[in-house]
Amino acid sequence: MGKHKTPMLDELEKGPWPSFVSDIKQQAEKGKQALKDAPDDLLGVMELSYKDKVTHWKHGGIVGVFGYGGGVIGRYCDQPEKFPGVAHFHTMRVNQPASKFYSTKFLRDLCNLWERYGSGLTNMHGSTGDIIFLGTTTDNLERVFYDMTHELNQDLGGSGSNLRTPSCCVGLARCEWACYDTEEACHELTMEYQDELHRPAFPYKFKFKFDGCPNGCVAAIARADMSVIGTWKDDIRIDQAAVKAYVGGEIKPNGGAHAGKDWGKFDIVEEVVRLCPTGCMSWDGSTLKINNRECTRCMHCLNVMPRALRPGTETGASILFGAKAPILEGAQLSTLTIPFIRMEPPFEELKELVNKVWDWWMEEGKNRERLGELIQRESFQKFLEIMELSPDPRMVSEPRSNPYIFWKEEEVEGGWTRDIKDFRAKHQR
Amino acid sequence: MPYDPSDPLKDRITDIGPRYYKEFYPPVIEKNRGKWVYHEIIEPGVLVHVAESGDEVYTVRVGGCRLMSIEHIREICEIADKHCDGYLRFTTRNNIEFMVDAKHKVKPLMDDLKNRKFSGGSNKFPIGGTGACVTNIVHTQGWIHCHTPAIDASGVVKSVMDGIFEDFGQMRLPAQVRVSLACCLNMCGAVHCSDIAILGIHRKPPMVDHEWIDKLCELPLAIAACPTAAIKPAKTAEGLKTLEINHERCMFCGNCFTMCGAMPLADEVGSGVAILVGGKISNRISKPKFSKVVIPFIPNEPPRWETTVKAVKNILTVYASDAKKYERIGEWAARIGWERFFEKTGIPFTHHLIDDYRFAYTTWRQSTQFKF
Ligand code: HEM
Ligand code: HEM
Ligand code: SF4
Ligand code: SF4
Ligand code: SF4
Ligand code: SF4
Repeated sequence: MGKHKTPMLDELEKGPWPSFVSDIKQQAEKGKQALKDAPDDLLGVMELSYKDKVTHWKHGGIVGVFGYGGGVIGRYCDQPEKFPGVAHFHTMRVNQPASKFYSTKFLRDLCNLWERYGSGLTNMHGSTGDIIFLGTTTDNLERVFYDMTHELNQDLGGSGSNLRTPSCCVGLARCEWACYDTEEACHELTMEYQDELHRPAFPYKFKFKFDGCPNGCVAAIARADMSVIGTWKDDIRIDQAAVKAYVGGEIKPNGGAHAGKDWGKFDIVEEVVRLCPTGCMSWDGSTLKINNRECTRCMHCLNVMPRALRPGTETGASILFGAKAPILEGAQLSTLTIPFIRMEPPFEELKELVNKVWDWWMEEGKNRERLGELIQRESFQKFLEIMELSPDPRMVSEPRSNPYIFWKEEEVEGGWTRDIKDFRAKHQR
Repeated sequence: MPYDPSDPLKDRITDIGPRYYKEFYPPVIEKNRGKWVYHEIIEPGVLVHVAESGDEVYTVRVGGCRLMSIEHIREICEIADKHCDGYLRFTTRNNIEFMVDAKHKVKPLMDDLKNRKFSGGSNKFPIGGTGACVTNIVHTQGWIHCHTPAIDASGVVKSVMDGIFEDFGQMRLPAQVRVSLACCLNMCGAVHCSDIAILGIHRKPPMVDHEWIDKLCELPLAIAACPTAAIKPAKTAEGLKTLEINHERCMFCGNCFTMCGAMPLADEVGSGVAILVGGKISNRISKPKFSKVVIPFIPNEPPRWETTVKAVKNILTVYASDAKKYERIGEWAARIGWERFFEKTGIPFTHHLIDDYRFAYTTWRQSTQFKF
């Protein structure tokens, strides 16, 4: 029996999906966390929100560790007398290792650290990718930071108007489709830009995300100001014998992803050739042909027949800029800006791009204006000028349909200065 | 030397970044990194990746709550020590992956995972989340930690996942279905490209705490925060500086409240759930798509959010029975036409679903092609 009665939350202990309520209760009962009452009082304040249908947290004000402008989200309870264990309940963002592999030793070290100074509760992981230490007091922030850097060789992540903690897909570690080393790129850029990550100097937040291929497992195209998405330039590698094995039913299509329902016999024409968005494939009963020049690398055929088709070997990444959630000017996906660059450590070419983008955005961006909004306000043309790139039809899905072109004076023969007298000499008033 | 509060800058270490990811690879991953040839899902929740060397790594994927206690993490460590040489990983969608390097190690691991239950009876480690399924819901903080939510996050996610649990552990859908939840329009979780998005929205403009606002807030910052310029300076009858809100212009985003705590907008009946569908991120077959609002409002129903759960299940069921193999929800709706989507799902089409924000025109129909 916990400290507070929680009849509504108790309902969430039922059902098959793991119950966060049962988990918080087990921490309250068994845990040795420094903020002893935090799990109990968190359940208490949650129960109150369930009754009131309104949150009981207040905006956190500025708290943090000395010298850093990010990594801590301040939070206070608006019923501190009733729930003293969570009166101060700041979270700390701990920069996750790229692709989120862990040794149990390191995870236990993190647990011990958090037991020593916090609520014993975490998010594994927050939406940006960080490990989140959920809830401690202002006094303990420095202690956590000191022990974390000294004993665990581990730093905080980003929050506020700075570089947010970058993240990447599992990549080369365990995926055959990775077209570049997403983990190394993520780690390398995180290390290169530690200052930007910890000390807010930007108009607003900035995110990098690294997907190894157009399947997009970390959603870079929707969630990052700079989306780095793996791709290839040459031909899809085909193993014709394996294609035949798929057609003959010897290998399960889609890596078995549709095995739970009987979709009938695999039909390579219906399921691959006809669904290819560019119509660049053909099957004559014995050979699969791909007109690779017309392929847009959508990944469909590779996803269906992973043992027969593999990405080419001239690999790199496409760079897209400007995705963001709807606030303020509506949601945006990233726009293709650099169709292809090579991605070799230490990623100097990529860093040059980043530096150009930041110089411009820090100069021209208004307070709380994301890069995607700045590009819209100033024009894509302006962005290309800054990036020293030439226009390319790959950057648009179609040319503009309005003719309201902002010509520049130097583009027009003879410039814009004219004499009305010359005009009047030929045309009466 | 432990931390010394009287001298906080002593021996300070900063800017060391995260730990290097390669420290945490299981041996089979370290050995075969970059040399994987293909993978296969051998049963729901279980993947095998095969390398050029012939080595195999078997991955058992289990659902997790992103809100996790250290007691629970320690149990995860105990499992990884017992079966997986002390390594594991987390996925972007809050799943946990236990990896072993030989087939005969899979069954004991799975049996162990299946037998672990929380005291209330729920599974600690449900196996699934692969292939044509509904995988774990990515979500934000809600009433557990944030100040602007219109809905809870963890409780809604638990309720919805209980409702569609069977499709987490099976692969019988036309394609994968990604569900996400964000508890306010700020969308920390960026739910705007999900097959099904559960979004918290407010419907009452902020109240102004006239007596306190000038003491608590920088008024110009609150004014500047409003994307629709709905806020202007004002004076109370007593002559105090305050703010006034043009209610007709408010889009209920809560930006002002983030800048200024004296303008709360959450409300017991005003705040609730909106449902969006048809977004996707992958470039597979069709381009990435935004999610579209199909249900403008469902009231908050703690603790189990029955109407929201029913709405998600309904969309999922109709989609599963009507879509062609490989079609994501958005591709299916585009093929049959949105008029058919509303007919088949029985969801009423109301004026709220017609865009009237910026660039609205692009979503209206400029064609005589439609279906009766
Ligand atoms: C047959 C097609 C696909 C296969 C075989 C596949 C393969 C994979 C693999 C190996 C992972 C694990 C990577 C990791 O955990 O970081 C993964 C995760 C993921 N994939 Fe894909 N992918 C496919 C298609 C897609 C598509 C089309 C999407 C786009 C919406 C997508 C979105 C994701 C997401 C969001 C995750 C994270 C899963 C989680 O954390 O539970 N995948 N996929
Ligand atoms: C005006 C806009 C926004 C405001 C005021 C805002 C505010 C916040 C706050 C207060 C938190 C902390 C939640 C907590 O732990 O208590 C947060 C977290 C976060 N925000 Fe935002 N946010 C905004 C927009 C966005 C956008 C557009 C994105 C993504 C594109 C985003 C991504 C995140 C992420 C990933 C987190 C971590 C949340 C989690 O762990 O679930 N935010 N935001
Ligand atoms: S984005 Fe591509 S390379 Fe990366 S894990 Fe997903 S499928 Fe593999
Ligand atoms: S990757 Fe897509 S576009 Fe290219 S051949 Fe395959 S299905 Fe066609
Ligand atoms: S989505 Fe909104 S309410 Fe939810 S955590 Fe983010 S800012 Fe807070
Ligand atoms: S809620 Fe948003 S739109 Fe409404 S007044 Fe506040 S900032 Fe403006």
